[in-house]
Amino acid sequence: MAIWVNGDTRLVVQGITGKEGTFHALACREYGTRVVAGVTPGKGGTTVGIPEGAGGSEGGGGGEQREGIPVYDSVAEARAATDCNASMIFVPPPFAADAIMESAAAGIALTVCITEGIPVADMLRVKAFLADHPTRLIGPNCPGVISPGMAKIGIMPGHIHRPGGVGVISRSGTLTYEAVWQLTNLGLGQSTCVGIGGDPINGTSFIDVLQAFAADPATVGIVMIGEIGGSAEEEAAAWIAANYDRPVVGFIAGRTAPPGRRMGHAGAIVAGGRGTAAEKMAAMRAAGLHVVESPAKLGEAMARALGA
Amino acid sequence: MKIHEYQAKEILRAHGVATPRGRVTDDAAEAARICVELGGRCVVKAQIHAGGRGKGGGVKLAGSPEEAREIAGRILGMRLVTPQTGPEGQVVRRVLIEEALDIARELYVSVTLDRHAGKPIVMASAAGGMEIEEVAARDPGAILRQEVEPLLGLLPFQGRALARGLGLSGATAGKAAKLLSALAGAYLATDASLVEINPLLVTGGGDVLALDAKMTFDDNALFRRPEVLAMRDLAEENPMEVEAAKYNLNYIKLDGNIACMVNGAGLAMATMDIIKLYGGEPANFLDVGGGASQEAVKNAFRLLVSDPGVRAVLINIFGGIARTDRIARGVVGAIEELGNVSLPVVVRLEGTNVEQGREVLRQAPFHFIVAEHMADAAEKVVAAARETGH
Repeated sequence: MAIWVNGDTRLVVQGITGKEGTFHALACREYGTRVVAGVTPGKGGTTVGIPEGAGGSEGGGGGEQREGIPVYDSVAEARAATDCNASMIFVPPPFAADAIMESAAAGIALTVCITEGIPVADMLRVKAFLADHPTRLIGPNCPGVISPGMAKIGIMPGHIHRPGGVGVISRSGTLTYEAVWQLTNLGLGQSTCVGIGGDPINGTSFIDVLQAFAADPATVGIVMIGEIGGSAEEEAAAWIAANYDRPVVGFIAGRTAPPGRRMGHAGAIVAGGRGTAAEKMAAMRAAGLHVVESPAKLGEAMARALGA
Repeated sequence: MKIHEYQAKEILRAHGVATPRGRVTDDAAEAARICVELGGRCVVKAQIHAGGRGKGGGVKLAGSPEEAREIAGRILGMRLVTPQTGPEGQVVRRVLIEEALDIARELYVSVTLDRHAGKPIVMASAAGGMEIEEVAARDPGAILRQEVEPLLGLLPFQGRALARGLGLSGATAGKAAKLLSALAGAYLATDASLVEINPLLVTGGGDVLALDAKMTFDDNALFRRPEVLAMRDLAEENPMEVEAAKYNLNYIKLDGNIACMVNGAGLAMATMDIIKLYGGEPANFLDVGGGASQEAVKNAFRLLVSDPGVRAVLINIFGGIARTDRIARGVVGAIEELGNVSLPVVVRLEGTNVEQGREVLRQAPFHFIVAEHMADAAEKVVAAARETGH
């Protein structure tokens, strides 16, 4: 088992005709995700992903996989035609909030927004809109979600993962890959890895993911990677202490970050002395997490915690 | 993005926030003339981006135009050191000359993002002049809060509640409530990330004015705020960071001697952390972007080695979708193109085709110190920096 993304996922890619959108739509398909549609306003009726000279070397799955991906003008049309149930967004920042709301309004259950650089004010509007149009929004500014061996929605390299029982939650991209790679090299596979994104306002919180992992019998332990800024890690730690008794390994990036500076991610900032790595690590320790000081020890700590 | 106090007050005035009368200048004689216009007494305020200017001697009362000239002459061009500038201070290029007002009360108000609530929040406290963090630590109950509905702004009843909570009444409470709504309006209309008025002044006559003003803005929204972007003052920013931004590199200068180049912000922070854990000090934060193209690596490398304090470089790239051997060729190409690199360079590559990638590095004419994993890389670069340091 896994959470949110699996063999039943039918993916629509918003912004599929852009360079990144096309590349990652095909990479997801190659990994085994059923990519059933794309959306770019004004490009409806075209297709994406038929290799030169057809039948080419895309590899991956069966006959369905070698066909082009049909492009629609809107998510509603894509859903009516293909019954897609998840969306991946590669729309540029000025238009990305609109894309998220369009996905939600079309009744798509899961919306994964990869786009980095969406204004905070736009995300505040998105949050208000989603109260009446429920979709599980993951991100923005995230690598996406992967359930190894089943499907992926996102830009992560599939091959570093292996199927297994460790759930991974993170605010980062490449640091998540680092953690996953350590796990895989120790023979510890993953149930699902979720990048919740580096923005101050996001759709899915640590606690949302923790709740889903807690309900998933296949997830035997969790690696949780936070970073400076905000208080989401402290809230998650409190939730874990009260609700979760399988092992959780924790790390916080940014203990050397100077206060008041935004460290790449829009949400990674120590403001007014709050949101420091030390505070977060202390909260995690107090909640009984296995906190590692070194990002190189995430895999080892999980192995030890699982007694593997 | 940050702006100066005088610029923040321009924006706030346009949104209906009352501020003291005054003008900005870079000339001491002009300061005296402005003082005359203001009635012969004034406050001279150094304009730099850092806070704590009063503590550093950057805010002075002048009792006459002559004194205003003398103070402005002293402040202009000085290196103002405040608790927020660091020991090197910041050169003052402009002063704001404002009318001197009689002070009955000093309050604190701000608008910022409450990440937990997912909404902007107005905070107010009766302890004006004090840092809000200090108030929060000492007496969290003394901070009043009202969440702002992004589509509605601060509603009149919320403004009244805050004014009442601050102990204001009558016409003064009405003026304060109006000012608070205007502040929230300015925050929403300009894609600000912070508006802070500390202190908010209540005069003996019952007027309410923003005596100081600080505004910062959401960098992600600057594309649609040309009027805000036009207020950017590059002279206030670190020149290396300004240079980095030209190449779309995410760079922050730090005090250590180990430069690092990493793809991805989280991994970049973690790399700084592990350098410190192994006894070294990072010289910077640098995210070259997920793909780590040869062009990005070259520009990043040139930037890193231009920092005279650097003794060693650590390149930590998790290949991801881009193949590691291609990234390795990019690193080698970048260093060849730059020529003359004498610093030790530790490289840790991981991802697809990692063996081929390491082979590319070993075959290169430049001597790279190849690391196997993150801890190995940290250990090697700390050792290399120690050797070079002597």
